Amino acid sequence: MHELSVTESILEISLRHANQANAKRITNLYLVIGQLASIVDDSVQFYWDIISEGTLAKGSVLHFRRLPATLSCLECNHQYNPGNDGFSCPNCKSDRIKVISGEEFFLEAIDIET
Amino acid sequence: MVKNILVVEKILSANDRIAAENREIFNAAGVKAFNFMASPGAGKTSLIEQTIMRLLPSMKLAVIDGDIATNIDADRAQAAGAYAVQINTGGECHLDAVMINSALKQMNLRRIDAIIIENVGNLVCPASFQLGSHKSVLVASVPEGDDKPYKYPTMYRGVDALVINKIDLLPYVPFDMDYFRKGVEILNPDLVAFPLSCKTGEGLESWIEWLSDIIKR
Repeated sequence: MHELSVTESILEISLRHANQANAKRITNLYLVIGQLASIVDDSVQFYWDIISEGTLAKGSVLHFRRLPATLSCLECNHQYNPGNDGFSCPNCKSDRIKVISGEEFFLEAIDIET
Repeated sequence: MVKNILVVEKILSANDRIAAENREIFNAAGVKAFNFMASPGAGKTSLIEQTIMRLLPSMKLAVIDGDIATNIDADRAQAAGAYAVQINTGGECHLDAVMINSALKQMNLRRIDAIIIENVGNLVCPASFQLGSHKSVLVASVPEGDDKPYKYPTMYRGVDALVINKIDLLPYVPFDMDYFRKGVEILNPDLVAFPLSCKTGEGLESWIEWLSDIIKR
């Protein structure tokens, strides 16, 4: 899996924003992950503790907020948030669906000490 | 003082930026780029060999081969008549835009009509990394089993064309084409699909037609 390169990107983005704000330390990071993004929280956390060592982000805490996916049925146009047991339309049972959202993966905000 | 700073930046934005840069390089050189993804052993390299041989001499192809180790695939592409560059990722499970960017710097893109990027054999990670290619192609194969769309939805959702290779094996392995196609339909309703066999040549014509139409565009 590529959680290591993902974690390196999180570090790069957060340090860049922290430096711009003249931060002494990053204390919290708020990540948003869509239901359909294949990111494993535990794995990111594991790498984070290793690669943030020796940086402004050492000892900081990662917070993960999962966003539900939104799907749209191509048969009846019903929009819905699927569960984890299947993506079929709950209204007409069709399997012809379109993904509206759910693949997000971004850093929303960080807490810093200046 | 404790402060909250709003960031709102996509985690893979750095990769996406380089991917956009790659796309500009392709466009400036008039080259169409294709990202071939598949599980190990699906037949990406065989498909590339067959494609090169059928498009030559009217179209010149280059291949960028991504593997964890060895030059085997680039050697095969070269033997089939393409200009090939091997990238060894040294353990990384996917190609990213930066690797493609540095490969492009070693290549002379004049006289090339299309680049096929052969990604690392993996149905998970390559789906998350844009490379700047114009089209993504997934090479599935009959012996992998008919449940793959259901098990690797992100990969099936994100591609522009699907090759179903090794159809010559359909009589010998349990593979329910309807079940497979239904799984694909759920994830990617209008996905164009090419059932074919690189071994017997069956079905290759319509695949070559699709590919050359895009290269000529």
